[in-house]
Amino acid sequence: MKFALAGNPNSGKTTLFNALTGSTAHVGNWPGVTIDKRTGVYRKAAERPEIIDLPGIYSLSPYSPEEIVSRNFLLDEKPDCIINIIDATNLERNLYLTTQLLELDIPIVAALNMTDVTDKNGDRIDVAQLEKALGIPVVKISALKGSGIDGLMERSVKAARSSRAGASVLGGSLSALLEETAELYRREKVGSPLFHAVKLIENDGPEVGKYPKIAERIRPKRDAADTGIFEGDFEGYIADARYKRIAAELQSVLKKAEKNAALTRSDKIDRVLTHKIWGIPIFLAIMLAVFHITFSEDFLFLGVFFGEGSFDSAIFGADAINSPGVILFNLMELFTSWLGGLIGGGLPEGTWYAGLVNDGLLGGVFAVLSFMPQILVLFLFLSVLEDSGYMARVAFIMDRAFRRFGLSGKAFMPLIMCFGCGVPGIMATRTLENEKERTRTIFLAPFFSCGAKLPIWAAFAGAFAYYKGINAELTVFSMYVLGIAIAIISAFFLKNTVIKGETPPFIMELPAYRLPQLKNTALHLWQKLKNYVVRAGTIIAGATVVIWALTSLDFSFRLVEDGGDSMMGLISRFFTWIFVPLGFGMGENGWKFVVATFTGLLAKEVVVATMGIFAGMDGDEALELEDGAGNPLWLMLIGVGGVLGGLDVSVPAMFAFMAFNLLSVPCMAAVAAARGEFKSGKGHWLGKAIIYWIATAYIVALAVFWLGTLFVASWWLGLLVFLALTAAIVLAVRFRIFGKIAGIFKRS
Amino acid sequence: MKKKLSEFMPGEKGCVVSVSAEGKIRRRLFDMGVTPGARIEMIKTAPLGDPIEVAVRGYELSLRKSEAETVLLESSK
Repeated sequence: MKFALAGNPNSGKTTLFNALTGSTAHVGNWPGVTIDKRTGVYRKAAERPEIIDLPGIYSLSPYSPEEIVSRNFLLDEKPDCIINIIDATNLERNLYLTTQLLELDIPIVAALNMTDVTDKNGDRIDVAQLEKALGIPVVKISALKGSGIDGLMERSVKAARSSRAGASVLGGSLSALLEETAELYRREKVGSPLFHAVKLIENDGPEVGKYPKIAERIRPKRDAADTGIFEGDFEGYIADARYKRIAAELQSVLKKAEKNAALTRSDKIDRVLTHKIWGIPIFLAIMLAVFHITFSEDFLFLGVFFGEGSFDSAIFGADAINSPGVILFNLMELFTSWLGGLIGGGLPEGTWYAGLVNDGLLGGVFAVLSFMPQILVLFLFLSVLEDSGYMARVAFIMDRAFRRFGLSGKAFMPLIMCFGCGVPGIMATRTLENEKERTRTIFLAPFFSCGAKLPIWAAFAGAFAYYKGINAELTVFSMYVLGIAIAIISAFFLKNTVIKGETPPFIMELPAYRLPQLKNTALHLWQKLKNYVVRAGTIIAGATVVIWALTSLDFSFRLVEDGGDSMMGLISRFFTWIFVPLGFGMGENGWKFVVATFTGLLAKEVVVATMGIFAGMDGDEALELEDGAGNPLWLMLIGVGGVLGGLDVSVPAMFAFMAFNLLSVPCMAAVAAARGEFKSGKGHWLGKAIIYWIATAYIVALAVFWLGTLFVASWWLGLLVFLALTAAIVLAVRFRIFGKIAGIFKRS
Repeated sequence: MKKKLSEFMPGEKGCVVSVSAEGKIRRRLFDMGVTPGARIEMIKTAPLGDPIEVAVRGYELSLRKSEAETVLLESSK
């Protein structure tokens, strides 16, 4: 038995899916979280029905890819029953989709969700009356609390055993035409004739294309029909008729309470968060606070109250109190080094397998695992912001700013997801209806610093803070800001050159604010944790072993003393020169960074893992000599870049390294996701995207290194050149130079 | 008095008379419940002046001024 879950975005479909199947699919409070259909099994029923979670849709129109996915699924796969989930707090619009589903020849059960909220508000819904109006079973449930779900499944199993012929709410002047068209489909033995008939009369593109003969026969009658003020626009006429019918039926079904307390609370919150003046500062403050709590080594800036070294604790901080994120990181590091000692200590020193385990596996995998707590803290915040409904407001606030760059506020959502991981972010671009906007958004996706890149920033931030006194939060934050800035410039560049096209529309539901549910948040974090550990244990562990072998063995498979004599060391020498202009290819340790950059193309977690391997090989002896024992990066830091014209250029070179890793090809998984999304349009975009990412990374890293070096030499000169460059870019944008350059290329 | 939705002030209510947008945008507006006869309340504009937020058919919808311009309403203050 196959049950399809269909309903509006944000109606609680995924929550119901999780409750039914015990799955941990991702749930959020903004429209469009489910991007592809997912399946699970309801185990409590003897029939063990398969549950298919379709993307959230408002209509079965032919305009957005999700609507087409859902429509094709319902028509081609013919599920045994459709469970139409309806948000009871928003009956009118939710029932609009129901009136379309009713036209299919498939049994339907309506699941009236969020009835706990309507009950609390004092709204009265007459379920029996609604059943009568729709002609299908209606079951009250609360997906979140799990109530009514067994009853819903019982009714669905029963409904699936019977058959149902489509019925339409469209009557009046249309019924004769509708019946005649449906009859033509019936003669052709097409399933769900009524549904097809409505689509044909709507002049729906795919439908007319598929059945040109029927369309031809119906056309004269269609043209003769009276559509009143719609003057032959059947799409509008039918939409209007559906809503009119729903509004009429609701009069006897729904008794709204006089005062709607929940709505006013949501409105009050909204008044503050999207305030004319404070909306944008509040958004920025929230983002900064999130980073502060995750990365700061001076929590709440309490450090000013304490003297230097007043704590001197490895976990809670030295001169000030660490933020929760850093405390968790320290704890995790203590744990992994204890575990590493326990495992590694038992192996005889100097043997190849001790090297493989200690320097390769443990060094690499633990370096990645140490950052898990900080990633979880960051995700906790993103998850709460998303669940609460705030992210949809961010799109509302940011749309105007985005529009200049050829994107709508809707593109903000997939891009925000890219801060977590580019793979779901790229897949979420499917919610964008405009093909060109989708392509542009995918091009920008890797520029948003994802969770896997975070360990790189955190490692460097720690080293910079310790040795150079550079604020750790600022280091991390600067990478996020750089990514966003490059994305903005890129968006403008792409809009005017490679992927030309108008700015797409922005018509979006703003969901009511909801208290984030602990269960949801916990599920979300658990899933992230699981993915992270599995990745660390499989892909990353595998990659570290290979990298260890390549960096510790020479071409005759003997262990080498100095990594520079290893296979990787020798090979990388051929490529290192490419990165010399970027700073991090210089110096005695430069090749190590080149290796880390290459391995990072597989997955960004591997960058830190590679560093861990090199640090392990450089030996504990050297680490103990240094004051900052324990931070393996320092050894490499002093070796990279080195001295240029009497200047220490290590820090600018490291920032260039970070910039390159931020902007280049994110990982193979993201490339695969992009390939999947581009496929629906033009296949050749993938190659262009990869070239674009690498070229951008190179150019920006080059600029970062030379500007940084200039800044170290003389801060005002650096600032001056930076301002001049910025002005040049702004002017280029202003006078549409990019477009003109593209024009020249096209002509030649 | 007939007026475009984009010219509404926050708190102003009206009844949709016609929607002049075309193609995809028109269909999307209809699907979201902005059809002739629908009652709409203008709630607010975004901090940067655009888009706007309106209440329609019991929920909140956000759309740009350029899209709101195509929606003609009978204002009922």
